[in-house]
Amino acid sequence: MSKITIPFGPQHPALKEPENFMLVLEGEQISGATINLGYNHRGMEKAAEDRTYIQNLYLIERVCGICSHSHTTCYITNVEELAKAEVPQRALAIRTLFGELERVHSHLLWLGVAGYEMGFETLFMYTWRDREQVLDCLELLSGNRVHYSINTIGGVRRDITAEQKAEVKKRIKYLEERTQYYIKLATGEPTVLARTQDVGRLPYDVAIERGAVGPTARASGVARDVRKDDPYLIYSQLDFKVITHNTNDVFGRLVVRALELVESYKLIHQILDGLPEGPIAVKVPWKLPAGEAVNHYEAPRGEDIHYLKANGTDKPERLKVRAPTLANLQSVAYMLEGGWLADVPLVIAAIDPCMSCTDRAAVWNPEKGRTEVYSWEEMRKLGIEHYKRRGVDFGRL
Amino acid sequence: MKIPAKVFSEVITHLFKKPATTAYPFEKAKLFPNYRGRIDFDSPKCIGCQICVRVCPAKAIEIPLSAHQPPAAAPAEGQPAAAAKKKFDCIMKLDHCVFCAQCVESCPKKALLMTQDFELASVNRKELRRHYK
Repeated sequence: MSKITIPFGPQHPALKEPENFMLVLEGEQISGATINLGYNHRGMEKAAEDRTYIQNLYLIERVCGICSHSHTTCYITNVEELAKAEVPQRALAIRTLFGELERVHSHLLWLGVAGYEMGFETLFMYTWRDREQVLDCLELLSGNRVHYSINTIGGVRRDITAEQKAEVKKRIKYLEERTQYYIKLATGEPTVLARTQDVGRLPYDVAIERGAVGPTARASGVARDVRKDDPYLIYSQLDFKVITHNTNDVFGRLVVRALELVESYKLIHQILDGLPEGPIAVKVPWKLPAGEAVNHYEAPRGEDIHYLKANGTDKPERLKVRAPTLANLQSVAYMLEGGWLADVPLVIAAIDPCMSCTDRAAVWNPEKGRTEVYSWEEMRKLGIEHYKRRGVDFGRL
Repeated sequence: MKIPAKVFSEVITHLFKKPATTAYPFEKAKLFPNYRGRIDFDSPKCIGCQICVRVCPAKAIEIPLSAHQPPAAAPAEGQPAAAAKKKFDCIMKLDHCVFCAQCVESCPKKALLMTQDFELASVNRKELRRHYK
């Protein structure tokens, strides 16, 4: 059968963010896949170099909407390490609490997206409705649903009162019940099984070879979790299990995420019950001594790595972010090969991709050198000219 | 165990439940007391130290000197004339602001206040540049 190459994305109804997959098809079957990144690039690492450490906190938070706490915590651990600041235990516990609440909200979001991609929209509606509970918890504690801004250099910005604690526990209890129902539903419903079993296979040795991280790796039986392997914050004092599964397919990734939700609820209760007393922040000077630091953090999607180089001023010299999606994309190419075209959206969604996290190289046009606001007409003209250079004329449309 | 159409019972019970959505804007939106909205300014407290301008991650604040300065208080007898306290304005660019409230936290005199206003959308860009006097 003759081979044809089709582009999947950057604009495609199945993709939530722009990225491009070039798929080589033999009939309906995929025989090769190449991934092209860079459509969501915003130049954040470069932008971080001319902002102070405290301003960067809010910039780094916007690397990703879903793991906003993961990125800031990883960044701030580097800053505190360089400043040699002693962060109070209560602040660390509150950071851990937010990390787990964030994991709950991210995994519930994924469960909904996976339901949507497999055509099970009832699951999507119900998980997203219940996700509001955890988003309300986050708004109650921090003041915002998505960008919590709870971290500050040297601690956290807001304390937790007894009433807030009771309210969060109440909502988490409700979510625990609902999650048990979803686990039963997702593992017993023939629609889910037919759509996810043996789809996007990633065997154990390939997962290790391609450096898969997070739930994607754990669903291939790789028991790798930064929270256990190299405990940060207060994870060493908490009791939880690393969830793994050995079916190596999308179904395994679904089960891993669903069971991780249960572990996260357990952790939230433990943290709230044993919240240490004391101050929530210490003062840290504006300028950091010269030095380098690297830290990793288990974000909901996998291991997130930040590198920070300080040069003695109040601004970093270099900041590098390695988001978990970048590590998992190598595995996606493998998972797609040999599969069917109709499974592509589900396989891509199964790693919980976050392209905003991943795209961060800098491009600056020195000819313009000023901020411009494009109107719709100008955007259209730009697009037509761009394609004309490539030999396609859209001008008559 | 495979049980087909298991979700149906759940779907049917939801037909008789209240909708999960709210009727905003016809109903008032429920906000938590911690919610970070528009930043307000209390001019008499401001000392013009510009810390808020330095910490703002979005370059949304300007603290210029007011056009009309209050006159110096009449000097008390036998005492040197006290310098008049300078008055400052605040220009808050709502289209730049990311509502992180770091300025409120950094202000040493509590001259910046966090409010719960969130209905700030406007089709006119000029309206987004608030000048607090």
